Amino acid sequence: MSFINYAAREINVKIVFYGPGLCGKTTNLQYIYEKSNPQQKGKLISLATETDRTLFFDFLPLDLGAVRGFKTRFHLYTVPGQVFYDASRKLILKGVDGVVFVADSQEARMDANVESLRNLEENLRENGFELKTIPYVLQFNKRDLPSAMPVDDMYRLLNFKGEPTFEAVATKGIGVFETLKAVAKQVLYELRSR
Amino acid sequence: MYEEEFERIKQLLNTLRMDASAKIVFLVDKNGQQIAGAGEVNLVDSTSLASLTAGNVAATDGLARLIGEKEFSILFHEGRKDNIHISIVGQRLILVVIFDERSSLGLVRLRVRKASADLERVLNEMDSKAQEVGAVETASPFAEITDDDIDALFSE
Repeated sequence: MSFINYAAREINVKIVFYGPGLCGKTTNLQYIYEKSNPQQKGKLISLATETDRTLFFDFLPLDLGAVRGFKTRFHLYTVPGQVFYDASRKLILKGVDGVVFVADSQEARMDANVESLRNLEENLRENGFELKTIPYVLQFNKRDLPSAMPVDDMYRLLNFKGEPTFEAVATKGIGVFETLKAVAKQVLYELRSR
Repeated sequence: MYEEEFERIKQLLNTLRMDASAKIVFLVDKNGQQIAGAGEVNLVDSTSLASLTAGNVAATDGLARLIGEKEFSILFHEGRKDNIHISIVGQRLILVVIFDERSSLGLVRLRVRKASADLERVLNEMDSKAQEVGAVETASPFAEITDDDIDALFSE
């Protein structure tokens, strides 16, 4: 849960990038890291295997500036996408404020997308959250690949509750900040009611 | 968390740092947010430290449950020069103590036990206070946030 520190006038928000293996979660974070001002960002931490597959999580702290006199700091996490790391995924969702689901647009990966989405729903529930109510954004990544499935078909298959959906090419940065902004917006709006 | 408690927590951490002859003391919540620190905190990347500590504790909790334990309440990492002592406070916060050869594991354990009890007391008082005050006074500072505010965050 977001942590508002009234003494330091600071608010910390946790956003998790979820999705099947190799869909581009880490790439999203790397692009955000590259394009952010040095004063805004902390270190990008990647707990990865020797072959650069995420082992536990990637972590990027991002200071976005002040809202109503409160410093807003976003903690961006990714989960390991590979199926057998489920125990780790569950841990990372603890205390999450907003979720980005990164879907792989390649037709061959649709089953993996659907499975990962179900897994997200289940793991959120185990942490006391519902996908229906939590701030949530969907991203169709790898739109530049020739084998990318039509957006409409993907939308029908993966859109869960009419959440904002973005087309992206994370390697080139297309759609990355739009996605982040959309989820940040939902999270901050959610805070209004607290 | 409010000014008064924040100051008390900082004080307790300072005392612990001195009593245990530690270099740095941090209090972090289980979600990886840093709450307060004492000592040479500028020497380390405290944000990363907080998130990795929380990840570490979460993974260890998972291990504990796998073998039928409720939790492993203390983690200790020994390095060549510096060591890290991690313990759980009041089931939701994590106390991190970084120390070198000027102190010892025994001393740190002893002082941490005392400090944990004190910290827990402050936390409990904070909880009951929060319940008394209720939602009225704690109206979110974001109650009137607008699209423009959010656009401004992403303006550059």
